[in-house]
Amino acid sequence: MIENLDALLLARIQFAFTVSFHIIFPAFTIGLASYLAVLEGLWLWTKREVYLEVFNFWKTIFALSFGMGVVSGIVMSYQFGTNWSVFSDKAGPVIGPLMGYEVLSAFFLEAGFLGIMLFGLNRVGKGLHFFATIMVAVGTLGSAFWILSVNSWMQTPAGFAMNDVGQFVPVDWWAAIFNPSFPYRLLHMVLAAYLTTALVVGAVGAWHLLQGRARERAGIMFSMAMWMLTVVAPLQIAAGDLHGLNTLEHQPIKVMAMEGHYESHPEGAPLILFGIPNTAEQRIDYAVQIPKLSSLILLHDLNAPLDGLDTIPRELHPPVPIVFWSFRIMVGLGTAMAILGLWSLWARRRGHLFTNRPLLRMALVMGPMGFVAVLAGWITTEVGRQPWTVYGHLLTADSVSPIAAPAVAASLVAFIVVYFAIFGAGTFYILRLMGRLPDDPDEDLKDAPLRTAGITPGPPNPRRHEEALHGR
Amino acid sequence: MVVDLPFIWAGIIAFAVLAYVIMDGFDLGVGILFPFFPEKHDRDVMMNSVAPVWDGNETWLVLGGGGLLAVFPLAYATILPALYAPLIVMLLALIFRGVAFEYRWRTKRAEHLWDLSFIFGSTVAAFSQGVALGALVQGIPVVDRAYAGGWWDWLTPFSLLTGVALVVGYALLGATWLVMKTSGRLAIKARRIALRTAGATILAMGLVSLWTPFLNPLFLERWFGWPNMLYSGIVPLGVAGCFYLLLRGLLKRRDVLPFVAALGLFVLGFIGIGISFYPYIVPTSVTIHEAAAPDESLLFLLVGAVVLVPLILAYTAYAYWVFRGKVDPHEGYH
Ligand code: HDD
Ligand code: HEM
Ligand code: HEM
Repeated sequence: MIENLDALLLARIQFAFTVSFHIIFPAFTIGLASYLAVLEGLWLWTKREVYLEVFNFWKTIFALSFGMGVVSGIVMSYQFGTNWSVFSDKAGPVIGPLMGYEVLSAFFLEAGFLGIMLFGLNRVGKGLHFFATIMVAVGTLGSAFWILSVNSWMQTPAGFAMNDVGQFVPVDWWAAIFNPSFPYRLLHMVLAAYLTTALVVGAVGAWHLLQGRARERAGIMFSMAMWMLTVVAPLQIAAGDLHGLNTLEHQPIKVMAMEGHYESHPEGAPLILFGIPNTAEQRIDYAVQIPKLSSLILLHDLNAPLDGLDTIPRELHPPVPIVFWSFRIMVGLGTAMAILGLWSLWARRRGHLFTNRPLLRMALVMGPMGFVAVLAGWITTEVGRQPWTVYGHLLTADSVSPIAAPAVAASLVAFIVVYFAIFGAGTFYILRLMGRLPDDPDEDLKDAPLRTAGITPGPPNPRRHEEALHGR
Repeated sequence: MVVDLPFIWAGIIAFAVLAYVIMDGFDLGVGILFPFFPEKHDRDVMMNSVAPVWDGNETWLVLGGGGLLAVFPLAYATILPALYAPLIVMLLALIFRGVAFEYRWRTKRAEHLWDLSFIFGSTVAAFSQGVALGALVQGIPVVDRAYAGGWWDWLTPFSLLTGVALVVGYALLGATWLVMKTSGRLAIKARRIALRTAGATILAMGLVSLWTPFLNPLFLERWFGWPNMLYSGIVPLGVAGCFYLLLRGLLKRRDVLPFVAALGLFVLGFIGIGISFYPYIVPTSVTIHEAAAPDESLLFLLVGAVVLVPLILAYTAYAYWVFRGKVDPHEGYH
């Protein structure tokens, strides 16, 4: 029994670890693929060479992170079977075909056109190349569509029945795909990916503006990214609010954990801003709270009653502290993003968008925060639905493969070592690429010997270099 | 007559796995052959010959695995735990080689490290795929819809042999690919290697084929029973034919023929395995029909597959066509 418990815990840690690494890359590549399509479109439309330069700069970074996304994703698609075999056998008839569609309609599309996008501009011509770039972007969005449908089905299962060997079998595909939480989750995640990318692009632009280098290119990046933030960050807050209301309807226990509501509040629940969840005593210590605000936000009525975790058997509680904190981290960062967007709007109006150093510094600091928010959001979602894998129908403890703890422990250690080493190196290369804006004349002189050795993505083609010089 | 959906799907999954084996086979093979080409220039060309297509090739692995979850969930849920160790090793190895495609161009100092990572990842991935295949052929016990064997069952002399055999076979695919895609000194060397690996591949195929029928009485009956032998005899004949074409192509210095003949060898070997397996999907515990998801699942995904697989094949072919011909050493965005 104890042994089994260990194997279960290890399998959960392994899944959480590998999927958390995986999501980092899609969160960035979904947004970046769309950004690349926009840049190439702008280049074809305005014929300004500078857009191509920016495109090529980000294309190399895209290739790196896409590669990491692919290899970490393949691990995921096998992990359901290796570590969650009972879940796979039971849920496979419903979620399997959805993932099958993901492979057929999205992964192949990305992979098939990626080669052309990266290597093919001289071979296929501009029009077809642009088409390939768009297909890659469409593919990444398609991946998000299907995998989020799968995940949402596990959160809010619909459109199924049970057969006599205990499998979930499809009854209504439409209901299964467009299950109750899916539209909200899809919207929220795609916006999250766009925000994450905008923050990274903005930070890179800000860095070079702060250094006073490559002003034109860095300015384009920074300005585009800040527009994105200004528009999308408020949208994301609205989408998150809707998502939360939907969760209240379908997974009220998760919302209790997010809000830290251990107690029921018959006359309007307070909004707990901060505090320390105390699982043993089932209360929030040192709570800083605003009376009745939670009822107002969730039910649009100051005095509406809200049930708390005291109405739920203890064995169905998710780990409250994790959910409570990760939710606050996400919301806090979302607010910070919206502030950055508004600030940039104000600076733009005043005409010092590119020279406002405090603004540029904040953009730099916010660079990685999209990833943090995405991870925090997923931790809220996934930990908050515990102890279920298929919400209300299949317990996590009943989903796991009959694999002995030592085997899972060994694979977990191997994943941790390899992921940190390999993806650590990749992150280092990406950061280094970001620090070098290609075709900057001054830098070129400095970097010349390295460049011929093929370290930087800069095109060796001297004519393009000339154009870059003339472009300024 | 009602259409037999599980049977159709068994065919599609088999096709996906075969597509994976031959397509990722040659790009893994290129990695396996890296040690024989120590010069940077050669390695650059070799890498560039597969760089635009490797991701697409590997996607067939996702279709093979993910497809199994969709249409034969019971097979997915028993085979994967049974092969836990070799599969995890394969996944990790694929990470090492997959990232090398990009990382290698990002550093001068650590380039040799990523070359090593490419070699090691490709070879280990091939070997563990071979081991997994061998372990599957030996059979996987299933009780109550769960894997019922031990944790080291996959490790046997037979599975080690299939592991080595697949490394050798992929090396052959890689070498003939290089014969087709490169020129000059590199191609000449690749031709020499192809000749040797061709011999080794035939030897390995022979050993595996002789051993398989004695793993299980079912296989023996399938291959040597009468009148089965009339049909199963076609496979060895085909192998002999492909081998002949392969040698002829190499000796007559044809560029494309050796690759095609090597593909033929793989297709025939695959058909051989299919003959042994049928009607099981997890030999010899679970049949295709027992493992199949309900018809609603099979039909739903089949609609997509019928439309999308031809489309995928079309644009994959287009991508290969765009990069047709010999690799230009000066091309590449890096
Ligand atoms: C840049 C990323 C990002 C930002 C700024 C926010 N979120 Fe978020 N959030 C996500 C990224 C994310 C996510 C990673 O996309 C999640 C995880 C699963 C999901 O569907 O979306 C998520 C989940 C998630 C959930 C859990 C839904 C569930 O599973 O039941 C709620 C209630 C919110 N979000 C609400 C918000 C609110 C009110 C925000 C206001 C500031 C907010 N999010 C900002
Ligand atoms: C990609 C972003 C995601 C992150 C960061 C994430 C995070 C996590 C975490 C932290 C856990 C462990 C929860 C716990 O054991 O307390 C978990 C479990 C799990 N998640 Fe997710 N998840 C993500 C997406 C998905 C998706 C898209 C799916 C389904 C297609 C999924 C399916 C599962 C399953 C099957 C488990 C294991 C069972 C369980 O412990 O609940 N996850 N995930
Ligand atoms: C546990 C669940 C998940 C599984 C099994 C999974 C599986 C995979 C696989 C196999 C690949 C490689 C595809 C290829 O060969 O080209 C991949 C890449 C990708 N995945 Fe995931 N994935 C999961 C979670 C997610 C989530 C939550 C998202 C986004 C919302 C996502 C979006 C993507 C995208 C956009 C790519 C391609 C781009 C890239 O590689 O960065 N995946 N995934």
